[in-house]
Amino acid sequence: MTQNKTYIQSYITIQNNEIVLNGTSVFKIEPTDFGDFSKQAYRNFEIQYPKFFKMDALSKLAFLGSELILSPVISTDQENNIALVLANKSSSLDTDVKYQESISNKENYFPSPAVFVYTLPNICLGEISIRHQLKSENSFFIFDVLNAEFLSKYSEILLNTNKADSVLCGWVEYFNDNYKAFLCLISKEENEKYRNENINTLYNK
Amino acid sequence: MQERNRNHKMLREIYISETNCITPLGFDVETNIEAILRGDSGIQLHNDISLMSNSFYASIVSTEKINSAFERISIETKYSRLEKMMILALEPIIKNSGIELNSKTAFILSTTKGNVTALKNDSEENFNNAYLDVLAKNISDFFKFQTQPIVVSNACVSGILAVSIAKRMIQSELYDSIFIVAGDEVSEFVLSGFNAFQAMSDLPCKPYSKNRTGVSLGEATAAVLISAEAKNAKIKVIGDSSINDANHISGPSRTGEGLFRSIQNALKEAQIEAAKLDYISAHGTATPFNDEMEAIAFSRLGLHNVPVNSLKGFYGHTLGASGLLETVIAIESANQNKLFESKGFDEIGVSETINIIEKNEEATIEYFLKTASGFGGCNTAVVFEKIK
Repeated sequence: MTQNKTYIQSYITIQNNEIVLNGTSVFKIEPTDFGDFSKQAYRNFEIQYPKFFKMDALSKLAFLGSELILSPVISTDQENNIALVLANKSSSLDTDVKYQESISNKENYFPSPAVFVYTLPNICLGEISIRHQLKSENSFFIFDVLNAEFLSKYSEILLNTNKADSVLCGWVEYFNDNYKAFLCLISKEENEKYRNENINTLYNK
Repeated sequence: MQERNRNHKMLREIYISETNCITPLGFDVETNIEAILRGDSGIQLHNDISLMSNSFYASIVSTEKINSAFERISIETKYSRLEKMMILALEPIIKNSGIELNSKTAFILSTTKGNVTALKNDSEENFNNAYLDVLAKNISDFFKFQTQPIVVSNACVSGILAVSIAKRMIQSELYDSIFIVAGDEVSEFVLSGFNAFQAMSDLPCKPYSKNRTGVSLGEATAAVLISAEAKNAKIKVIGDSSINDANHISGPSRTGEGLFRSIQNALKEAQIEAAKLDYISAHGTATPFNDEMEAIAFSRLGLHNVPVNSLKGFYGHTLGASGLLETVIAIESANQNKLFESKGFDEIGVSETINIIEKNEEATIEYFLKTASGFGGCNTAVVFEKIK
């Protein structure tokens, strides 16, 4: 494999009621729950995408992160070969638990297809793909904690085998109102801005 | 072109050298193939109110058989039913391969819902087992893998996507060998969900047929060894791609765009023309939309005449296990030069002409394609070449 160097182009962190884009805080509010936080963030950035309100929390989290990082780089007049490689610890468990509650009581049995579809962690990849019309490589992984080495190696493979022009990779964890998203955009385009950083150091910032 | 060839040469060649599966039709590959050749199906009518209030058709492995097979390899009682099935799939191939489980040997676990049944009993310990990384660690620790397990959870393409991920990881020389296990169980959780989608068939599923009405669910585990070692190889993995439809989260693209592109990319990497394909092991869930979408994608690629089957009529839809299980069976198909019937098929019920295999027949298979599609708009295609 041709081992071309890859570079982090931009990154975003969402946690503790705050969104930090490329190291700069771009949105921060007083402590509240994720439902409220995500709604306020959506309004703050004047996003026009009503489907957002139908998403489960994990998809909302991944959507918000990808929205801010991809919107500036997506070109609408041509195809964007941006692969999606996301991972977390809790899979879709937050929605799984809600769905399980809807079927555990036979007296109050209300399984909903609209909830069931979100009992898959990769649905958030589908949501991002639809939003930005990304007909591209996508895969969702589960690890105990962020496996930065794996994510960066796997992204490098996609870039070096020309399966993608850029890769949006990172961590989107949501369970019981605890959340953290860290996404970064990687490509072969030279960018010395983060030359002393890697996924791990940026994630822990 | 010269540049491209040089780059191409530098990539390692990737093989599958061990396979196994645990299904209602048998606990090893040979028994499964015998059952398929006889026309047996794992799909049966079940009356089990712990799973569903009405009777339903599904392909379910006998718990007694799982337990007695497991007792022969371990005295441990702490493992869940799914974990036992996964261990049973991996155990003989790890042993048989003789591969040292060192830092160059990885372990990929692919599943859609893992131990989701743990959510039913909400003790803390039980709940912890619902985490997929915990499931993977339980299996990894059983065999004493030295590397951190990699879990792929990408809906119904998980099992075949794991093959392409393993191929890519070995080509990058991060690992030399990767064991993959894929598995999913029939659970109240999944049955009720497919039922809520009105996607369940009242009769055993009938992929690509006119009167198909939906899926029959199933459960299974499958395991393979992917390596860069040509010795003892069963099949070569020569191209792969996994492209999203970017269309709908719970319905396939009307034009089959993601699947079309996945197959196109996989063939391009394999450096073969579509006409070279001798067989397609398709997804064929038997829902009206899925099968129609596949037929459109195949037709757009000019694959009208290539023999196609869906193995869902034998195993039901085994979710994250299906792609790997069906690959294991397709490898036997290629190596035995036999096309297996697409069970449940009668009258063509898709708008495009495709060549569904109606009965078992002899055929020379040099190249075959495995495809899968799933919720979230995901699709995967992998091209395989027989070892000469």
